[in-house]
Amino acid sequence: METFIGAVINGLALGMAYALIAVGYSMVFGVLRLINFAHGSIYAFGAYMVYFFISIQVGLFWSIMIAIVLSGILAMLVDKLALEPLRKKQSIPIASLITTVGVSFIIQNGLALEQVFTSEKKGFPSLNLFPNIMIGNLTIQSSQIIMFAVALVLLAVLSYIVNKTKIGLSMRATEQNARAASLMGVNTNFVISFTFFLGGCSAAIAGTLISGYYQIISPTMGATIGLKAFAAAVVGGIGVLYGSVVGGLVVGVVECIAAQYLGSNVRDPMAFVILILILIIKPNGLFGKKGVSKV
Amino acid sequence: MKEKKSLNLLAPFESFVDKFKVPLSILVGAFLIAVPFLGASRVAMRNLVMIFLYAMLGMGLNVLLGYVGQVSLGHAGFYAIGAYTSAILTTTYGWSFWTGAIAGACVAALIGFLLGLPTLRLSGTYLTIVTLGFGEIVLMVLRQWESVTNGNYGIRSIPVPELFGWELTLSNGGFYWLILFLSTVTAIACYTIKNSNAGRTLIAIKEDELAATMMGIKTTRYKILAFVVSAFITGLAGAYYSVINNGYIEPNNFVFNYSIQILSVVIVGGMGTIRGMYFGSALLMMFPQVFRFLNQWRFVIYGLLLVLMMQFRPQGALGWQSTLPYKLPRRAKKALAEREKAKTVQ
Repeated sequence: METFIGAVINGLALGMAYALIAVGYSMVFGVLRLINFAHGSIYAFGAYMVYFFISIQVGLFWSIMIAIVLSGILAMLVDKLALEPLRKKQSIPIASLITTVGVSFIIQNGLALEQVFTSEKKGFPSLNLFPNIMIGNLTIQSSQIIMFAVALVLLAVLSYIVNKTKIGLSMRATEQNARAASLMGVNTNFVISFTFFLGGCSAAIAGTLISGYYQIISPTMGATIGLKAFAAAVVGGIGVLYGSVVGGLVVGVVECIAAQYLGSNVRDPMAFVILILILIIKPNGLFGKKGVSKV
Repeated sequence: MKEKKSLNLLAPFESFVDKFKVPLSILVGAFLIAVPFLGASRVAMRNLVMIFLYAMLGMGLNVLLGYVGQVSLGHAGFYAIGAYTSAILTTTYGWSFWTGAIAGACVAALIGFLLGLPTLRLSGTYLTIVTLGFGEIVLMVLRQWESVTNGNYGIRSIPVPELFGWELTLSNGGFYWLILFLSTVTAIACYTIKNSNAGRTLIAIKEDELAATMMGIKTTRYKILAFVVSAFITGLAGAYYSVINNGYIEPNNFVFNYSIQILSVVIVGGMGTIRGMYFGSALLMMFPQVFRFLNQWRFVIYGLLLVLMMQFRPQGALGWQSTLPYKLPRRAKKALAEREKAKTVQ
C-alpha cells in the first residue's frame, strides 16, 4: 500500500511538471495545428541554461529567471526565423513539422557539441530546499512538493493570462479562426510569437523542476519527455489548458504505478497506451472541443 | 520567373528520358547489377546497401504520405515488426529467410490494417499522433515480451539468406543484389499502384478528402488499404535489415529517430515520387559519411539543412510536377475513342 501511495505521489509531482510542458504543446497546436517537435529540446535548453548560470556563480534564483527568459526568446526565435516565413508562403503543413524536427536537431546536438556542454551527463543542483516530510513510512521529498506547487501556481498564472487578459483573448481568437482574428485587428503573428514565448518559458521551468528532482541533465533529455508531454496534452484535449493539467497528471500517475509494478521498461510508453485508448474512445481528448470541418 | 526557367530545362530532359526509357533503364540496370564487380570497398558496399534500404523504406512511407497524404511518425514500428517476425521465425523455428521475410511483411501488413482502423474515427494530425504512439508501443512490447523477443538484449545469430545453397553476404555482393532486387520490385509495385485506379483514388483523397467523399469514394477503405500496403513494404525492408545487421537486432535499432529518418527521406527526396526516394535516401545516408570531418557539427548542420530545405524547396529535391502530357488510363482512352466514333456516326 505504501509503495502504491508513494508511486501516486511521485506521479502527481511529475505529472504536474508534464502538464507544464504539455501546455506549451497545447497552445502551439491550438493556434497553428502543428506538433512542435522543437519543444522538447527547448525544455533541455532551459535546464542547461540554469546549469550554466549556476556554474558561473549567478545564484539559483537569478539563474532560473535568466534561463526562463532565454528559453522563451529561443522559442520565439524558432517561430520568427523558421516558421513564420513558411506561414507567409502558405507552405504545406508538413513543411512546418519537418522544420520543427530540424530545429530540435540543431538545439539538441548544439548542446551536445564538444565546445558547448559535451554529450556527457551533468549533475544538476538538487531542489530539496527544505527537509523532506515523513508520514509514517512514507517520505515526500521537498523537491516533489516544490515541483507540484510551482507548476500549479504557474498553470494558474497561464490560465489567467489566457482567459482574463487582452493578449489571452487575442490568443483564443487566433485559435478559433486566425483569418477572422486578423480582420478584427489582432496581430496574429505577434500572438503566435507570444504563444511560443509562453511555451518556451513554461518548458524551461519544467526543465528546471524535473532536473532538480532527478539531479541529472543530458542534451537528449527532452526527446522522450517531450513526446510524453505531448501525449498528455492530447489526452486532456488539445487547446484546453486544464485538459493539459488533467492529462499530465493522468500520464504521470499511470506511468509511476506501471513502473512500480511492471518494470521500468513500461514507464515511457505508458503515456502512449493511454493516448491511443483515449483517442479511440474520445477522438478529441478528454476535454477537447469537437472540430467541425467546413467546406 | 525562376520557376519558368527550371521548367524549360525540365521539359526536354523529361521527354528525352521518356523517349529513350528502354535503353536508359537497361544501361542503368546493367551498371547497378555490375557494381559489386567494380571492386568497391566493404564500407562503400555497406553504404550502397543502406541507400537502397532507405529508398525502399521511403517508398513504403511514400504510399501513405505521398499518395494519400497521411503523415506517419511510427514507421519504425512496422520496420521492427518485419525484422523481429522474420528474425524469430528464422532463428527459433528454422524457417528460411524467404518465407520468414514474407511472413514478417504479412504480419506488419496485418498490424498496419489494425492501425488503419482508427481512421474510421480520427483524421489528419490526430491519426499522426496515433502512429507516433504506435511506434513507442511496439518498442515497449519488444523490450517487455522477453520470452519471445529477448527484451533489451535483442536477437543474435540470425542466419544469412541462402539461394540454392549460395550464401548471400556483404562481401560476395549478395546483400547488395538482394536489396537491389527488393527495392526495384517495390518501385515497380509503387509505380503500378500510382497509375492504377486505386492510386488515382488515393491521390484524390490527398488533394481534397471532402470532395473525394462527395464523389462517392469510401475514403476510410482506401486509407486503410494505403496503411496495409505501406506496412507490408516497410515490414519487408525490416526483414531484410534483420539479416544485414551482422545477424543482430535489438529494440534500439527501431527507436523514434528512425521513423523521423524515414520521414526525412520522403520529404527531402520529394513526396509522391519514386525517383525522389532514391535521391533522398542517397543524400541523407551519405551526408554523415561525407561530412565525417565535421564531427559532432554534422548533426547540427543536418538539422539546419532540413530547415533550409523546407524554407526553399518544400516539395523536395526531385519533387517536380511532370511536364509530360498526362497519360490517360486505357479504359478512359477506350471510352473517349468510342465517344468520338459515336460523334462521327451522328
